[in-house]
Amino acid sequence: MLHTVNKSPFDRNSLERCMRTCDKGSAILLIEDGVYGGIKGSVIEDKVKGAMKDVKIYALEADLDSRGIKGRVIDGIQLVDYNGFVDLTVEYDKVQSWL
Amino acid sequence: MKFGIMVNEGPYTHQASDSAYNFVAAALEKGHEIYRIFFYHDGVNNGTRLTTPPQDDRNIVNRWSALAEKHEIDLVICVAAAQRRGIADADESKRNGKDADNIAPGFRISGLGQLLEASIQADRMVVFGD
Repeated sequence: MLHTVNKSPFDRNSLERCMRTCDKGSAILLIEDGVYGGIKGSVIEDKVKGAMKDVKIYALEADLDSRGIKGRVIDGIQLVDYNGFVDLTVEYDKVQSWL
Repeated sequence: MKFGIMVNEGPYTHQASDSAYNFVAAALEKGHEIYRIFFYHDGVNNGTRLTTPPQDDRNIVNRWSALAEKHEIDLVICVAAAQRRGIADADESKRNGKDADNIAPGFRISGLGQLLEASIQADRMVVFGD
């Protein structure tokens, strides 16, 4: 399953809840303010790195870029454009949006 | 692949309308089909033709209408959410004794059954919202 998270982890706990409950082998795509969850050196970095042992984490490049944090992403998080977003929804059989 | 899309947030609020539009545009570009876009909750505000953003800003409503016309996409606004927020077509306006309607071209007003049907018919359902 592909999970999308669109809120900052410093605003809501949707990313943490998502990482806690998602199945091994699933993927999380950070979009909109959700991309703040992918930033290096934040208080949530260790939890994100921990989750990356079991799930792939992606971030939408345009949303990182518009927030000026494209160069500060945790190593191992893969950047995708909207085409990549579409491809992920095809690759995974279900899409769960954490709103 | 067939996509159903749900938009739960109004335009110019956060980013859901833009994200949904960009996703839909990319999916169409790749040759996928958009079975329906269902606008629910504050998302119904995506469908008022009275929207007048500044000239140097994107016109989110016109953008949906143009996309719907070009690709024959079914844009459905939830009737109960629309009534609460003052979004009406000619029939709804008359039925509720109002003096005007404001639905934008390409949109239609219907019920939650359309969301359910889209989620059954589509291979993937993607939700954008607040």
